[in-house]
Amino acid sequence: MSRSIVRAMWMALYCAVFACPAAGAAPAKDTSYAVGIQNFAFVPKTLTVPIGTRVVWTNRDEEPHVVTSAGATFPSSKALDSGDSYTVTFSKPGTYTYYCSIHPMMVGTIIVQ
Amino acid sequence: MEQDNEQGRRQFLKCMAWAGAGTLWLMKSGVLQAQPLGDNDNGAAQGSAFSFVQISDSHIGFHRAPNPDVVGTLRRSLAMIRAQTSQPAFVLHTGDLTHLSKPEQFDTLAGLMQEARLGRSFYVPGEHDVIGDNGAEFFRRFGEKQHAGGWYSFDQGGVHFVGLINVLNLKAGGLGLLGADQLAWLKNDLAGLSAETPIVVFAHMPLWPLYPQWGWGTDDSAQAMTYLRRFGSVTVLNGHIHQIQQKVEGHITFYTARSTAYPQPAPGAAPAPGPLQSVKPDALHRYLGIRDVRHVHVGGALAVTDEVMA
Repeated sequence: MSRSIVRAMWMALYCAVFACPAAGAAPAKDTSYAVGIQNFAFVPKTLTVPIGTRVVWTNRDEEPHVVTSAGATFPSSKALDSGDSYTVTFSKPGTYTYYCSIHPMMVGTIIVQ
Repeated sequence: MEQDNEQGRRQFLKCMAWAGAGTLWLMKSGVLQAQPLGDNDNGAAQGSAFSFVQISDSHIGFHRAPNPDVVGTLRRSLAMIRAQTSQPAFVLHTGDLTHLSKPEQFDTLAGLMQEARLGRSFYVPGEHDVIGDNGAEFFRRFGEKQHAGGWYSFDQGGVHFVGLINVLNLKAGGLGLLGADQLAWLKNDLAGLSAETPIVVFAHMPLWPLYPQWGWGTDDSAQAMTYLRRFGSVTVLNGHIHQIQQKVEGHITFYTARSTAYPQPAPGAAPAPGPLQSVKPDALHRYLGIRDVRHVHVGGALAVTDEVMA
């Protein structure tokens, strides 16, 4: 993967994380928020999103990770190898705790409101 | 260019011969002694009742820095086992056979083991072997099928061996887990044995809180240790952390094994426990060689040997 593509991906990630909340007043249908998986952690660890948001996890580690809902409140991912992404659309309000099923100390939360 | 690549690959494999080595375990007078494979095999096996080899963390399917050829390094490790003057009774693989639990990765591992013609092998799964199916594929191919949960025990030369599973049903925020069913089985499995019986317990994740910040431990391992404490000689073998670490607790000694694939950082020595990518093939030998000397070449055998005999 070229550096420019990587840079573009990081820009996209940055925009997704920091630019979207500004659009909170608008209908949330097409917005997506990014969660990075890096250094064996979900970044950000807690993410608050409006109803109907797509959340996209992308594994930036050299180690595979699995996004797993605690309590099976949303579908779990397959093994995400380096660079793989996984998307879930949250259509109901609630607090969704998730973890990596193979590195269970990695825990994150999506708050949908 | 191709020649350069080939030369680089050869150099890489030469260096990785150290990294990929397993550990030879010799049973002498009821006491286990460890010796890294590839050391001078100066008749160390003489006088031992039997020996076995532990290999771990082959991660078939991994293809990045610092090891683009995990098949090659596993093959080298298996060749070193075959080269032993006294053939080990069996080989223990302490998990993470594969990187992503894919059928073709299990195929490759099984093929390499078969090709090496080492005789009997025993396996326990790592967390990389149970992704997506709770280990169904792993257990179908490599399980001992003694119990539904996958754990098992067997006897060899007067030593009782116990294979435990601590990579399933992991809880958010937790470490490795044995679970109530397995603990109940373990208690029962050990109940009829005399305290003089040497015990070897093996599982993938460390069965002691080695570095919980990185998930290197098992939540309910302390419970298992209460069943093991009465025995005069208990050896606990784990993989998972891709480096040799050891600990002595009364008559119980704990060891973690090196990987046949790639090293991981020492506890807390990096932001996260991922592969040590910065290690160049020509530096890997030196780096791992030093760790060998520190942890294994203590008086010609592991310090634990003296501890148990005392």
